[in-house]
Amino acid sequence: MAFVSAHGLTKTYRAKSGPVHALDGLDIEIEQGTVRGLLGPNGAGKTTTVKVLSTLLRPDGGQAFVAGVDVLADPAEVRRRIGASGQYAAVDERLTARENLLMVGRLYHLGSRRSRERAEELLHAFDLVEAADRPLKGFSGGMRRRVDLAGALVINPPVLFLDEPTTGLDPQARLGLWDVIRERAAEGTTVLLTTQYLEEADQLADQISVIDRGKVIAEGTADELKASVGGRRVQVTLVNESDAPRVAGILERHGRGPADVSGRGVTVQVENATLALRSALAEIDDAGIDIHEAGVRRPTLDDVFLTLTGHGAVDDDMEAAQ
Amino acid sequence: MTTTGMNPDTTIALDPGRTAVRDWFTDVHAVTMRNLTRLKRSPDVIGFALLQPIMFVLLFSQVYGGAIRVEGSNYTEFLMAGIFAQTVIFGSTISGSYMAEDIRDGIIDRFRSLPMAPSAVLVARSLSDFILNIVSITVMLCTGFLVGWRFREGVLDFVLGLLLLLVFAWAFSWVMIFIGLSVKSPETLNQAVFIILFPLTFISNAFVPSDTLPTVLRVIAEWNPISALVQAVRKLFGNLGDMPAPEVWPMQHPVPTVLVGIAVVLLVFPPLAVRKFRRKQV
Repeated sequence: MAFVSAHGLTKTYRAKSGPVHALDGLDIEIEQGTVRGLLGPNGAGKTTTVKVLSTLLRPDGGQAFVAGVDVLADPAEVRRRIGASGQYAAVDERLTARENLLMVGRLYHLGSRRSRERAEELLHAFDLVEAADRPLKGFSGGMRRRVDLAGALVINPPVLFLDEPTTGLDPQARLGLWDVIRERAAEGTTVLLTTQYLEEADQLADQISVIDRGKVIAEGTADELKASVGGRRVQVTLVNESDAPRVAGILERHGRGPADVSGRGVTVQVENATLALRSALAEIDDAGIDIHEAGVRRPTLDDVFLTLTGHGAVDDDMEAAQ
Repeated sequence: MTTTGMNPDTTIALDPGRTAVRDWFTDVHAVTMRNLTRLKRSPDVIGFALLQPIMFVLLFSQVYGGAIRVEGSNYTEFLMAGIFAQTVIFGSTISGSYMAEDIRDGIIDRFRSLPMAPSAVLVARSLSDFILNIVSITVMLCTGFLVGWRFREGVLDFVLGLLLLLVFAWAFSWVMIFIGLSVKSPETLNQAVFIILFPLTFISNAFVPSDTLPTVLRVIAEWNPISALVQAVRKLFGNLGDMPAPEVWPMQHPVPTVLVGIAVVLLVFPPLAVRKFRRKQV
């Protein structure tokens, strides 16, 4: 049986423009000890899903179970088995790292001595010892996120919810957090992770659920999802953006389906990559169009997004942070 | 507690000697300490909370001291209860803005996802401001003594007067917590507080005897709950002089009026606030 599961979750918000179906019959099942990536465009229902599973939001309908406990019937018991971190469950920036962790330990009712020991362990594990006694306010985003994640791990919970854990971090800090998350998963923690970085889901998640408009629209490993949207792509980068429509027309004759134009880049899905590339390039050359580069690539999760939802992944992501 | 669903190797076992009551006190203590630490690191808030009463005592007693006559007493003595009341009431509004700030910053969601009592977060909030109010009352007492204010009804009544102020402020902080949970942003709250509380404290007997006000304002002032508090404290401090109390029931019986008011607020607002806090949550 799945360790974390939800069935038929619905949640509707009233907005000025009419009702918004944040969740519209969402189903998800996560096996114990695996990392599940929740991917979707902004407003797809990622954060709402995590909020329901971590007892912060009551759904209008549906059922949810976390670590064998019914979320709606016994939320208090669920809270003893989860850790949450991310854009909505934050650290207190006026407290130090140590004070934050100590407080969280006491609120899990570890007792004050055990809370102190645990805070100490986590400060070491997250490389926070030197900065442990200064208020977080003055520190980088990466450091605050580390404290935030450490806070979610105070009891080493069997289930971990991470809502966009690396948003706004520099690449190095992001890699550091990835290591921690991988380590937890290797220890058997079940992780549900939302992210706006396709690469992050690709790197961390055993399984990915793509959600859009409050529903899961595709599920599988990163490779399965990529395979599901067909084969390779021919991609051409132009010197002049104004040539894009003509090149799109040419690529469409050699590929399957419509070409995707994004700035000076034009991409089309193809059957036989080498043949299509060769003949398309010849035609572009005949038309006297200058190109920067051209090549064949495997589909990315961006293509998955585009194909499944009809829009890209990172178009208006920052809205969710408001 | 059952271990079903936990991975027994890594999850940290909870303290076995726990009871729900002990957990609740732990929660209140942990969050109160957090609030006080936060306050300690906000010198602007502390500075305002302490300097404002000093400034008001000095300004009013020195500027209006000669202009406003109080029968059988003097303006400085008359003024102090008003400043006390104003200060603790404004002190309690911190509860509201901090609550709204914690919601905005995601701290409240962190608390909500932990296995703690929701009421503990709110009780801790009100306690933190209670403690801040004790500090600012102490500062005001010292300033008052310096400018010549004295209490004249004995130590017991004096202490009762201080307690009445503190408990009124504590009850009022529940109103502010409820409002803090209801507004969209801390800024909204701060503006609302200014627009509502400033007139409310000024259209009262806090700074001038209410019978000097024009009729409409005088009626408002006589029925203003802040006036009842000020009148009660003035009475307990023995700072009323020879002034007759206005002919309305709350002014004739200020102490019972304030006690009933406190009781009503405490019956209504803490449950409302807890409900608001848990709203929408599972």
